Amino acid sequence: MSTMELKGNRLVVHLPAELDHHCTEDLRRNIDRWIQEEPIQELEFDFSRTVFMDSAGIGIMIGRHKMMTALDGKVIATHMNVQIQKVLKLSGIEKYISFYKEETV
Amino acid sequence: MKNEMTLAFDSISENEGFARVAVAAFVTQLNPTLEEVADIKTAVSEAVTNAIVHGYPDGVHTVVIRARLNEQEAELWIIDEGVGISDIKQAMEPLYTTRPEQERSGMGFMFMEAFMDLVEVQSSPGVGTTVYMKKQIRQGVGRQEG
Repeated sequence: MSTMELKGNRLVVHLPAELDHHCTEDLRRNIDRWIQEEPIQELEFDFSRTVFMDSAGIGIMIGRHKMMTALDGKVIATHMNVQIQKVLKLSGIEKYISFYKEETV
Repeated sequence: MKNEMTLAFDSISENEGFARVAVAAFVTQLNPTLEEVADIKTAVSEAVTNAIVHGYPDGVHTVVIRARLNEQEAELWIIDEGVGISDIKQAMEPLYTTRPEQERSGMGFMFMEAFMDLVEVQSSPGVGTTVYMKKQIRQGVGRQEG
């Protein structure tokens, strides 16, 4: 289960334990509804509860990065474990998305 | 240590998690590091997702995983009898995807190749696809006890 939390104009997406193709459909629909309905400037992918992610998660992040760029906003990622850091690094998306091991604010 | 197993399951996305955890549990017999287990889980997840999404775009069919452990080597076959791939070289290119509208990253084969020592794809249109992957499990370093 993922949950959403609005902090001012930042949407924090608390990602599920396993972020794979199986959960991407619901997650994408959920995030996009928030982005359309609220004046969000920063989207945070919070990996605190996430133990596994594969390329399906990367697809979601790239798609949301494009949306947020179109809105002059940005995407950040926080609290990644070692496996997730490895997947993120390999994908090359650190060019577009800032990674933080700890919470930023 | 020599051991083999075969796993057959429905091509539904619920089984992506099941498949990677089952293979990881089997490979545990070689006493891998946590990182090696994570690598194998990621590679299996990518191959199984491909079989479900691309191999069997219509309806529920069967995905088969064979795994063989031999000394410190783990070999895996992820097999579908689905639509097959006409251009394997193109399918394995980083960022290539037939489904950009689904926001597939096109990184599946790239991840398999990064996390395993060897990845080979056999496929024929209308016959199906087999992804063969191999990984050497190191001995001694950073080993978990018990």
